[in-house]
Amino acid sequence: MGEVTRQVTLEGSQTGFATTRLDALLGWARKYSLFQYPFVTACCGMEFMALASPRFDMARFGAEAPRFSPRQADLLWVVGTISQRQAPVLRRIYEQMMEPKWVLAFGTCASSGGFYDNYTTVAGIDKIIPTDVYVPGCPPRPEAVIDGLLLLQDKIATGDRTPGIIKPREDPASMGNVNGLVQLQKKSAKGDRP
Amino acid sequence: MSERILETLKSRFGSAIFETHSQFGDDTAVVDPAKWHEIMTFCRTELECDMLTDLCGVDYPEREPRLEVVAHLYSIAKRHHVRLKARIGDRELEGDVEIDSVANIWPTANWLERETFDMFGIKFKGHPDLRRLLMYPEFVGHPLRKDYPAQKTQPLIEYRTEEEAGLPLDKQLPFGPDEGMSFGRKEFTSGEGEAS
Repeated sequence: MGEVTRQVTLEGSQTGFATTRLDALLGWARKYSLFQYPFVTACCGMEFMALASPRFDMARFGAEAPRFSPRQADLLWVVGTISQRQAPVLRRIYEQMMEPKWVLAFGTCASSGGFYDNYTTVAGIDKIIPTDVYVPGCPPRPEAVIDGLLLLQDKIATGDRTPGIIKPREDPASMGNVNGLVQLQKKSAKGDRP
Repeated sequence: MSERILETLKSRFGSAIFETHSQFGDDTAVVDPAKWHEIMTFCRTELECDMLTDLCGVDYPEREPRLEVVAHLYSIAKRHHVRLKARIGDRELEGDVEIDSVANIWPTANWLERETFDMFGIKFKGHPDLRRLLMYPEFVGHPLRKDYPAQKTQPLIEYRTEEEAGLPLDKQLPFGPDEGMSFGRKEFTSGEGEAS
C-alpha cells in the first residue's frame, strides 16, 4: 500500500512466550482502539463518509466509534478547509482532548490550505495544532486515507511523533513520465493521446 | 423583453437614471445613489419585483466613483429581471461610503447588505443591524476591496512557531509537485521554492 512501511515491534510470540515493554503493549492496544472525533468542515467530509461506510469500512482497523465529544476521543480528524474564524474552535477542541492524542489532516486544505491562499483560510492546520499524519488529495481517495490510518497506527505502536505524509500511489496520468511527475496534457483534437 | 422596464424607469425618474444598457437579455440601469431607496421602492411596488435575487458590491479602483452597489431584481409574477447599479465613493474612499438600505423593502437585503458592508465597507443607512456577516468582528479592513493585500491574513489566534512545530510552516506544506499536488502556497505566490 503505497509508501507505508510497517515495523513489527511485537516479537514475543515467536519465541514461545511473550515478553514486551509496557509502552509497546500500550501502543499495541491504543492503535487498535482509536476513538475518533471527526471535525468535518467541507467537501472532504463526503469522502470521510465513504471511508466510514461498509465499502471501505474503517471499522476493520479498530477506528470504529466516532465520539462527538472531544473529551472522549483520542484521534482528531480535521476534514476540510479551516477558516481563520474556525481556528480558535479547532484549537480549543484539540486542547479538550485527553492525552494521548493524535491529529490527522484529511485532504489538501487541512494539510496546506490548498489553493485557498487568501484572507480567510488557515494555510494548514499545523499552524495551529500539532499534526501527525497528512493525507493529500482533493479529496483523497479512501484508500489513501486508509494508508494514512495505517501509518498512524504504526506511529502509535512505535511512539513516533514526527509528522508523516501519505504519498499518492502511481497515478495513471503520470505513467510513462520519467520523473514520475504528474503532468496534465491536453488531448489532441483527434482524441488520441500524445 | 423587459426593456420596457428601463423605459418605465427612465420616464418615471428621468435624470436620476444615469445610463441604461441591455445585453443578452439582461437590462441594467445605473441610477442616482441619492434616489436608490426611492427607485427600489418603485421597483417593488409598481414593477412588482418581489424578489431581490442578489445585492453585492464591486470595486473599480481606477474609476471615480469607485464602488458600485449592484442589485438584481426579479418579479415572480411578471417574470422580468432588472439590474440596478449605484456608484458611490471617491477614489480614496475617504469618510463613510453610504447608500440607503433597502432592508425594509426586502427582508433578505438585511444579510446581503451586511455581507456587502463586510466585504467592501459600504455603509447602508437605515439598516437595522449593520455588523460583519462573514468575517469576525476583530477583522480590520474590507477584504474584497482591491487595495486589500490578497494574501494578508489576520489570524485570531497566534500561530505556532517553527521551533514549536519542528518543521517549516511557511511552505507548500507538505506537498510538492512530486507528491501529486500541482499547486501550493509558495509556488503559487512567488514562483520560487520547489518543494523538496
